[in-house]
Amino acid sequence: MGYSDRKLEQISARMRLDLLRYIKLAGAGHTGGDLSCIDILNVLYNDVLNVSPGAIDDADRDRYIQSKGHSVEALYVVLASKGFFPESDLETIGRYRSHYVGHPTRKVNGIEFNTGALGHGLSISAGIALAGKMDKRSYRVFTMLGDGELAEGSNWEAAMFAAHNRLDNLVAILDHNNLQITDKYSRVCNPSPIDEKFKSFGWGVTNVDGHNIKDLRRVLSNVPLSEGLPTLIIADTVKGRGVSFMENVLKWHHGVPDDAQYEAALKELEERLSELSA
Amino acid sequence: MRLTDKPATGKPNLEVYSETLMELAGRDSDILVVTSDSRGSGKLIPFAEKFPGQIVEVGIAEQNLVGISAGLASCGKKVFATSPSCFLTARALEQIKNDVAYSDFPVNLVGISSGVSYGALGSTHHSLHDIAALRAINNIVIVVPADNYETRMAVKAAAASDKPFFLRFGKRPLPHLYGEEGHFEIGRANVITQGNDIAVVACGEAVAPAAGAAQLLYNEGVNVRVISMHTIKPLDRETLIRAASECRGMITVEEHSVYGGLGEACAGVLMEEGISVPFRRVGIPDEYTVTGSQQEIFNHYGISPGGLAGMIRSMLEVTASGGRG
Repeated sequence: MGYSDRKLEQISARMRLDLLRYIKLAGAGHTGGDLSCIDILNVLYNDVLNVSPGAIDDADRDRYIQSKGHSVEALYVVLASKGFFPESDLETIGRYRSHYVGHPTRKVNGIEFNTGALGHGLSISAGIALAGKMDKRSYRVFTMLGDGELAEGSNWEAAMFAAHNRLDNLVAILDHNNLQITDKYSRVCNPSPIDEKFKSFGWGVTNVDGHNIKDLRRVLSNVPLSEGLPTLIIADTVKGRGVSFMENVLKWHHGVPDDAQYEAALKELEERLSELSA
Repeated sequence: MRLTDKPATGKPNLEVYSETLMELAGRDSDILVVTSDSRGSGKLIPFAEKFPGQIVEVGIAEQNLVGISAGLASCGKKVFATSPSCFLTARALEQIKNDVAYSDFPVNLVGISSGVSYGALGSTHHSLHDIAALRAINNIVIVVPADNYETRMAVKAAAASDKPFFLRFGKRPLPHLYGEEGHFEIGRANVITQGNDIAVVACGEAVAPAAGAAQLLYNEGVNVRVISMHTIKPLDRETLIRAASECRGMITVEEHSVYGGLGEACAGVLMEEGISVPFRRVGIPDEYTVTGSQQEIFNHYGISPGGLAGMIRSMLEVTASGGRG
């Protein structure tokens, strides 16, 4: 807490470097989606969420549920940076018997739910939000959805339920990068207009640049948008953000850079970090 | 044991489920019922009237039902997620697997109107796959109570447990199988009638016709060991192995497909133990069920005192002539 925007931008740049390093080491990862959501995670964990490694069972802690579980590597990097576990643990991602598998599991400190099968996070989060209302607790529940994930019908079941129950302690953040594994989402099963759909379901909806730290801080710190309504924040993002040859390129949905690509990516990310540190 | 000593009829297990929940909810405000437009068929209207703050309605949305329940359970709520078993365990199977079992939160999934309880409503509403589907999921206790006593005890055990549970209830009034002094333990089968001729291992509403068959045969001098295998997972291997070793044959009976249910669970244990015994599975064969009431469907597939008695007699004839079933 208390970081400047500039400092958080530096932290994001550092996290991108770490992310690439661990994905390269693991030989696996959903690189594109990790890079699209890491700024959001950075702002959540450094500026918004009331969570800490010393209070992982605190009944009043905020909850973060990552519904788009395939971007777990980004979450690992952020949690490690906050001290939920030693950073060296990340060297075991994907290794035999490691807890650091390719989708979130509760075996990892700081992860609340096992997720990864898509369309689960919003229902779970609505349940947690409802429990908070029942028990008159002050915590909020933040859940990150992918845009391709919206084709799962369970999201819309949960969207109805959350509005019906006036769960204004529930905040869904859409990592709106426009790409899913097959193609642009608009060419797979177009969910547009997402904002109007959620509004018609009874949600408060706003848009934000998902890579603008200042804007993310402002929007994520001012929830709910309307009392009595669950909130959807549509964060416009770029898949592969920060590595020019990965940006908006479908094949980086998952994939590991070869040695030359890795060097090029590191160079670009290091230059960005230097700029921000200057 | 003479079954004639027992009261003739009890209530539907569903009613006992609801009554037991009300008893628990009065003492513990963390007890919650979550339903998918099924409070009526779940006999939960009195619960909803008495504990309006402890029932959550999600509408006709089984995936959401289970996800919501997992979220609530993660915050310390003792959730009974109640929905027709056919929908709960098929539509929400992935939520059961991931949100509840894999995430390890103690949600009690309650499949109501299970098996062919919905009788004439047809195969869309029959739940003949639920035990098979959930047996293949790690970290979930599967209990199929046979009568009101087992139901009451199972609900209490589920409420007190920190494990995910699946409880499976039907709709019709059931005879009492136990006296008031019955013993009930999750994972430990109960022997309803003693005997060493043929063992009949049954669960849920199929136990009563099995006991009825034992009664018919008792009068003919045949002693049938009827076992209520109320816990399908973890299965009581010890009681099963003892029965297979001490009896001349074994018949399993269930209101479920013969694929993947109680019968195959029992057969697997016996095979692993190297026990070869004349063995027959009774349940719903690999077909969509005939039309009719639950009782008519039971009768059609031989899940009746007369039908089962006939199977037991023929198994005894085979074993007497030295055959192996």
